[in-house]
Amino acid sequence: MKAIVVDQLTKTFEDVTAVDHISFEVPQGELFGLLGPNGAGKTTTINMLSTLLKPTSGRAEVGGYDIVKNRDDVRKSIGVVFQEPALDGKLTGRENLEFHAMMYGLRKDERNRRIDDVLALVELVDKARVLVDKYSGGMKRRLEIGRGLIQHPKVLFLDEPTLGLDAQTRRHIWDYVRKLNRDKKVTIILTTHYMEEADFLCDRIAIMDHGKFVALDTPPRLKDVLGGDVVSLEVEGNAAPLDDAFKALNWLKKYTRREDVLNLTMEKGERRIPEIITLAQQLGVTVGCVHLRKPSLEDVFLHFTGRTIREQEANASERNRTMMMGHGRR
Amino acid sequence: MIMISGTAIYVLWLREMKRYVRAKSRIIGSILQPMFFLVFLGLGFNRMAVPGMKPGVDYIQFLVPGILGMTLLFSSSMQGLSVLWDREFGFLKEIMIAPVSRTSIVLGRIAGGTTTTMMQGLLVLGLTFVIGFRVNGFLNFLLALVFMILIAFTFIGLGLIFASRMKDMQGFGMIINFIIFPLFFLSGALYPLDNLPSFIRILSYADPLTYGIDGLRGTMIGLNSRPIGIDLAILCGFALVMLFLGTYFFEKSESV
Repeated sequence: MKAIVVDQLTKTFEDVTAVDHISFEVPQGELFGLLGPNGAGKTTTINMLSTLLKPTSGRAEVGGYDIVKNRDDVRKSIGVVFQEPALDGKLTGRENLEFHAMMYGLRKDERNRRIDDVLALVELVDKARVLVDKYSGGMKRRLEIGRGLIQHPKVLFLDEPTLGLDAQTRRHIWDYVRKLNRDKKVTIILTTHYMEEADFLCDRIAIMDHGKFVALDTPPRLKDVLGGDVVSLEVEGNAAPLDDAFKALNWLKKYTRREDVLNLTMEKGERRIPEIITLAQQLGVTVGCVHLRKPSLEDVFLHFTGRTIREQEANASERNRTMMMGHGRR
Repeated sequence: MIMISGTAIYVLWLREMKRYVRAKSRIIGSILQPMFFLVFLGLGFNRMAVPGMKPGVDYIQFLVPGILGMTLLFSSSMQGLSVLWDREFGFLKEIMIAPVSRTSIVLGRIAGGTTTTMMQGLLVLGLTFVIGFRVNGFLNFLLALVFMILIAFTFIGLGLIFASRMKDMQGFGMIINFIIFPLFFLSGALYPLDNLPSFIRILSYADPLTYGIDGLRGTMIGLNSRPIGIDLAILCGFALVMLFLGTYFFEKSESV
């Protein structure tokens, strides 16, 4: 059974196409990541799948229900943690959870039991009676993750769950997300523009850019596209004799040399380094410095889009600004 | 088929009550403002002959139902517009994502908004009792309550219409200055409408608050310029239309 089926889903705002004919499926129990810069269309995708926005065209099913025709059934099957906090600061943590549980029609006993459960899970039991206005950013985010679980959703959407949080809190949230996915078997859809977050958490990742998927696979296989690790050598003296010797190695995937800096691409780079150095010494070349680089999703992103995610970010905020001006005129 | 969820209405109402009770400074501020109006305008104009005023009527007596109407107008339109705050602070998404009908959500907001508006109005009315204002008998008081509720409904509906059409807080000041204040000044809250030039008086007939305040004045101090039944019927009509439109626009609005 598929938790999510998306077919040619599209959303257009006036003349901007935020999501452009995307299609994918997520099996139950998967931790699926949408990775891309701001403005790539991740949040719009989540908003459509969680019934907050109507798609311009295309269709999608969440938990077996159509997101347009069976909105209420979809709403009952999902939990959502939004990018921006969606808490009432004038209520206590527990009251926010109570509000939520009652909106989902849970009866009093069940309600109290589940609220106690999630408060324990996100470690906010002793802060439950404090006004949310007094919470830190990390506490708010944890409360929201807990809230998204009260109705026992089949699918949990997390939109940039660690945006703006410090490194320690981020780690903490990652642990919760993993625990939820593994122990409670919740299907999780997570958006992020942090490479290491997607890499660490997700079973599969879709790389999104300008409203389209440019790649979709497991993190190791996405990295494989790049051909493996890069070993860089800095040598002393004449490096020319090395060219032919290295090119003859059958396990070497790519070789480039600029003056005395050599770049070698291969799999399991750390196991090949001794061999490389020995070979160099046999040919009378002294290696001054060795550097091993494992491909990151950052490289993968660069490979598929031709830009680093940071360059993308700058362009996207530029685009956002133009869009907002468009809104203001209306 | 529209499903109405009693629990959802109740919990939205409950949230409004909690927020109201906790916002002490807001309560105090919203009582002080009408009291200042009453005291300063009342004292300032009490000895003056207000043109168009029936002889033998004390200006403060005349002013109390007007200020009460003002309190209800401001409080209820703010309640309708509170959707904007929820949108600004993100909580609207939490409400809209819940598996309850949009109609239940609107009804919950109206229930909460009406309750806080009535509490506000009754607090102000209670204070006027302290400074010597008296309503003509208990039945009239009950009828005045009906007028108060209808005023609340009307302007919560109006607030909902605007809040559903707006994406952010930018137009908020415009609505206050160009809609709410004119509604207040056109309603005859501060002076008899006979004083206004006839073209402005015509505008005041389009102002729901005109009928609300005339009804309040009629029930409270027996000084109405139209039969109370007519005030009641017209205000009922406004309330129904505004609530219907408010619900309609809220249900149509996009949540993000």
